[in-house]
Amino acid sequence: MSKVIYKFGDDISTDIIYPGRFMATVLPSETPEFAFADEKDLNKLLNSKTVPADSIIIGGKNFGCGSSREQACSTLKGHELIIIAKNFARIFLQNSINLGLKTVICPDIDADVNDELEISEDKVFNKTKGKEYNIIPHTKTQQEIIQAGGLIPYSRKRLIEGSK
Amino acid sequence: MKQTIVQKILARASGKSFVNIGDIVEPKVDLAMSHENAALVMNQFLEIYKGTGLDPKVWDPNKIAIIFDHRVPAESRKTATNQKKIRNFIAEQGIFKFHDIRGDEMGICHQILPQYGYVRPGYVVVGTDSHTTSHGALGAFSFGIGATEMASVWTLGVMLNVPVPPTIKVVVNGALKKYVQPKDIILYLIGKITAEGANFKVIEFHGETIRNMSTSGRITICNMSVEAGATSGIVPGDEETIKYLREEAGVTEDIPLVNSDDEAEFDKIIEIDASSLVPQIACPHTVDNVKQVGDVEGTKIDQIVIGSCTNGRLDDLETAAQIIKGHKIAKNTRMLVFPASGKIYRQAMEKGIFEILMNAGAVIANPGCGPCLGVHQGALGDGEKALSTTNRNFKGRMGNPDAEVYLCSAAVAAASAITGVITDPTKGGY
Ligand code: SF4
Repeated sequence: MSKVIYKFGDDISTDIIYPGRFMATVLPSETPEFAFADEKDLNKLLNSKTVPADSIIIGGKNFGCGSSREQACSTLKGHELIIIAKNFARIFLQNSINLGLKTVICPDIDADVNDELEISEDKVFNKTKGKEYNIIPHTKTQQEIIQAGGLIPYSRKRLIEGSK
Repeated sequence: MKQTIVQKILARASGKSFVNIGDIVEPKVDLAMSHENAALVMNQFLEIYKGTGLDPKVWDPNKIAIIFDHRVPAESRKTATNQKKIRNFIAEQGIFKFHDIRGDEMGICHQILPQYGYVRPGYVVVGTDSHTTSHGALGAFSFGIGATEMASVWTLGVMLNVPVPPTIKVVVNGALKKYVQPKDIILYLIGKITAEGANFKVIEFHGETIRNMSTSGRITICNMSVEAGATSGIVPGDEETIKYLREEAGVTEDIPLVNSDDEAEFDKIIEIDASSLVPQIACPHTVDNVKQVGDVEGTKIDQIVIGSCTNGRLDDLETAAQIIKGHKIAKNTRMLVFPASGKIYRQAMEKGIFEILMNAGAVIANPGCGPCLGVHQGALGDGEKALSTTNRNFKGRMGNPDAEVYLCSAAVAAASAITGVITDPTKGGY
């Protein structure tokens, strides 16, 4: 069971998730501080260290649109968030899979701040509203990457296989 | 079986004769581009090698290009140190398609790749930058990826997990009116199909307007295809592509062309009549919030920006000079010009374009990304408005979430610089 801590509308860009002026900071261990830096309340909440792991942010359509900056995923992964959105922008979605940020594609999702959600393999159940929504699964290769623990171990395995 | 150009490119690169839309393929990469974010790619690349006992060597140093452009010359200790680490890595790995901070060779990555002939029709190009879609202008399948994905490409030489994308065919016919530009075509299209209208799809551009368009204009259009969510934009290579690669990039070897089959399977077909278009403006804070110039005419502008990988080429600077010649930039408006490459900078200097712009009051900055991403130069003050030839107007894009960015062509930017308010360049007899 996880709680919704914030709800966004459509087209949340990587400039909102991780503003360009922090892009010289690249290491995944250093990016979480700047998550949603210009959404002051949310940034403060995340940095307060009071948000439990697997807390949920709800997005609308096209979440993560804009730049390819991977910091936008590592910053959210650092706070161990789950992002549920109607759909995601391509590069953001692939980056999140590569880095192990949990993303759920749920076209009809309806949830508000403080709602409690249960995420199963193919459904999101909103306990507060008593409603259930279907999930669009990630592709087979994406699931393999997730299961391998991200693209780094996945590619490492391929590298070792290839060098034999 | 009939195929789109991207199906053909992906089939060739994955060693197949045919691929279906939706198939997951592993294409070989012909060119892998990074900019300053190579610092993160390097970090992830070394992570992949960790514990393997293997010597970390990139798969093919000839196929990697690294261009410093986002923060040049470095604005901070952190950036300068990252750039230094990248230089060391480049030397160790023997990567020679490297463009450092040098007046003769520098430039924005999406200008350098075509200008130096690193991209060819039919190539699979990936870059750690979302506007890597630009190189579709030369008939390549070219798209943006993240840094970890790039580390995987540096290691394996292939892109894992590429779904063969569906294609939207956009056919543009008719002649553009004077001072209506390729930028207006792509802004119009984005406004029509929205910021997610081409998500996970490719936009293929056809029609006489595109055929008659210079490679520079095609780059503008493919560059901004990503603002409609597209994986890539693509203009099948033609005589213009060959001419550009020969004359501009000095390519001497054979340049084979690839094209779509007429009866290939298209997701949809959109027709645009270019002759009826007027200048377009993307209003704050999304690129698909597109209006006709007349709807926002008179909006007061604090900063005009001409530059970026979208519209910082010689033709853009020429258009601006043509309009501004003999005028002064309005009081209380500042105009920043940042050419897309050192070569363009020199050409603009030699053609007297800088003289015209400087006499009018413009500031000419060094080639690079500059104000486009707002980390380095040209940030906006609280409550200010910018009118810019760049490609994004998201909140905070020009360094300040309490400011607004409007996007337009070089012609609109120049006409508006004179008046200090958003102005239609097709009126006013420039
Ligand atoms: S000019 Fe702007 S859009 Fe183009 S590569 Fe630089 S930051 Fe990105």
